[in-house]
Amino acid sequence: MEKFTKLSGPAAPLMRANVDTDLIIRIQRLVGTGRTGLGPYAFENLRFLPDGSENPDFVLNKAPYREAPILLAGTNFGCGSSREGAVWALMGAGIRCVIAPSFGDIFHNNCFQNGLLPIALPEDVVKQIAAETEASQGARHTAIDLVRQVVITPEGAEIPFSIDARKRDAMLEGLDDIALTLRLKDQIEAWQKADHAKRGWVWDSVKF
Amino acid sequence: MAATLFDKIWDPHVIADLGSGWSLLHCDRVLLHDLSGGRALREVGEAGYAIPHPELAFATPDHAVATTPGRTAESFPKGGELIAGLRKRAAETGVRLFDLGQDGNGIVHVMGPELGIVLPGTTLVCGDSHTCTNGGLGALAFGIGASELRHVLATQTLPQKKPKRMRIRFEGTAPAGVTPKDMILHAIGRFGTGAGTGYAVEYAGSAVRALSVEGRLTLCNLSIEMGAKMGMVAPDEVTYACLAGRRFAPKGAAWDAALAHWRSLPSDADAVFDEDLLIDMADIAPQITWGTSPEQVLPVTGHVPDPALAADPIRRAAYEAALSYMDLKPGQPIAGTKIDWVFIGSCTNSRIEDLRAAAAVLRGRKVAPHVTAWVVPGSERVKREAEAEGLDAAFTAAGFEWREPGCALCVAANGEAVPPGARCVSTSNRNFVGRQGPGARTHLASPAMAAAAALAGAIADVRQFAA
Repeated sequence: MEKFTKLSGPAAPLMRANVDTDLIIRIQRLVGTGRTGLGPYAFENLRFLPDGSENPDFVLNKAPYREAPILLAGTNFGCGSSREGAVWALMGAGIRCVIAPSFGDIFHNNCFQNGLLPIALPEDVVKQIAAETEASQGARHTAIDLVRQVVITPEGAEIPFSIDARKRDAMLEGLDDIALTLRLKDQIEAWQKADHAKRGWVWDSVKF
Repeated sequence: MAATLFDKIWDPHVIADLGSGWSLLHCDRVLLHDLSGGRALREVGEAGYAIPHPELAFATPDHAVATTPGRTAESFPKGGELIAGLRKRAAETGVRLFDLGQDGNGIVHVMGPELGIVLPGTTLVCGDSHTCTNGGLGALAFGIGASELRHVLATQTLPQKKPKRMRIRFEGTAPAGVTPKDMILHAIGRFGTGAGTGYAVEYAGSAVRALSVEGRLTLCNLSIEMGAKMGMVAPDEVTYACLAGRRFAPKGAAWDAALAHWRSLPSDADAVFDEDLLIDMADIAPQITWGTSPEQVLPVTGHVPDPALAADPIRRAAYEAALSYMDLKPGQPIAGTKIDWVFIGSCTNSRIEDLRAAAAVLRGRKVAPHVTAWVVPGSERVKREAEAEGLDAAFTAAGFEWREPGCALCVAANGEAVPPGARCVSTSNRNFVGRQGPGARTHLASPAMAAAAALAGAIADVRQFAA
């Protein structure tokens, strides 16, 4: 996972509710591709017009937001499919933080596996950051400080956000979940042994 | 202390408390498919980890397989590479694979219940958000991402935060034309597509008890479209009768032991839910979606909403975008909207009862000449059973194409797609922008409603096509 501590840049407002992971990355782009190289395909259905030309009205096609590392969105961002490619595509497009009122559960977990920071803030606060950013036509930046757990808006207001302590620590240090869990290998095996004694049918019905 | 079905499965599966509300949860079963399964198995090995319990994992290709009659793995070349990868890694790691054309092959969430891999009281994960389908058997089943999948394969566990508990009770008798698909679409329309976020949902009530296991699987399938990654129905005699004798279900004394455990699982009468919702079956009519989110749904007798009436500007913008994409006008009756395609299939509605329900509407009638209509059975076993009953003949006589099992037009990852601008009534689960192909317009409905639309050549009320 990529470490995350601080970030500053324009926050691109995509103030739309229920942005699903199909919209973030089309499934066709994930057939036979890896974790990298998906950036150009992020939001393909919004970014391009049917004739293949860029849609000038789409926020990430507008000059100040092309390199935006922060995305502002409506409720339930990342709902739908479990495809982790949605996170890979956003990160490939340079986005390291999404601020929205709420997130799809599976997408939310996938973010933390890769170092994309999802920050949940009330809708009026997200709208405020969007308004402040738009007032400066994207010239004024939003800053994120994960250590202090604050968002600093373009006008300089400090807004605290809450984040799961375990996820925060893993993100600050770029930790690998599997290695952490395998420290508990003995405990896992003891649980499995005891479970086999109690629920033999779970194990015996599928043994080779 | 009184406990819910969810607690009775979750709590005993906690191996360790990881702090700040996190638990290390044991995963009893893992399902793998072509899109991410081969890669996950490969990546675990490349990272230097072993797979300690290959016997708990089951793989089948479904997402990127062509469904044309006579297809092979290579019919869709990019999918062929994925299937080759899945075969290679499954063979190396010892994971069971149900390959194309074999008994057991099919859509992963059709395969799991069909083979008795999914059992009440077990935990099950898969790199697919519709894993919640399997909760219809009384399992705690949920979708995970690619990194979580690697973690499960390497450790047989997953760090998870315990969700809150929601119950949705459906009380009463299903009105004419109302199927499990209509029940869950109605719930999503009423409560919203984010209502279940952070919850495990238990579906209960007299109308759920009255459902077959297949109907319960359909109900649980759309939990994720309400935001809930887990949906479940308590096991009962219907569940046990369905599971008995299945290939990986326990047998003999093990069955008796399992049964004793399963009977202890239903939520206690005085169990408390964080959210407890009630739906009167009398309020439900056959449903059809009009927009690009499953919550944008109507009774088939309804009218397309007017964005001007939405108070919230974000909601208004969403309605306007949906109407524009779907090429619909505010206030128009949804019935009578001309369609071009019909797709019957997907992990939502491709089981034998779904095909019977659609065929019953079609018998003796013809699909409208301008409509392309596909039926894609959910698994090799469903296909064979349907053919033995003559359902394939009923579909083809009406003008449907009878195809090979796979995810097909639900996700359009296999080279098959609804053409740009075409309007499709689909028994799948997502009407998202571009889901069935770039520019494709999707209306979600039950198999019987899809059959009625195919006959009418337009969105139609199935109650006017009584079998």
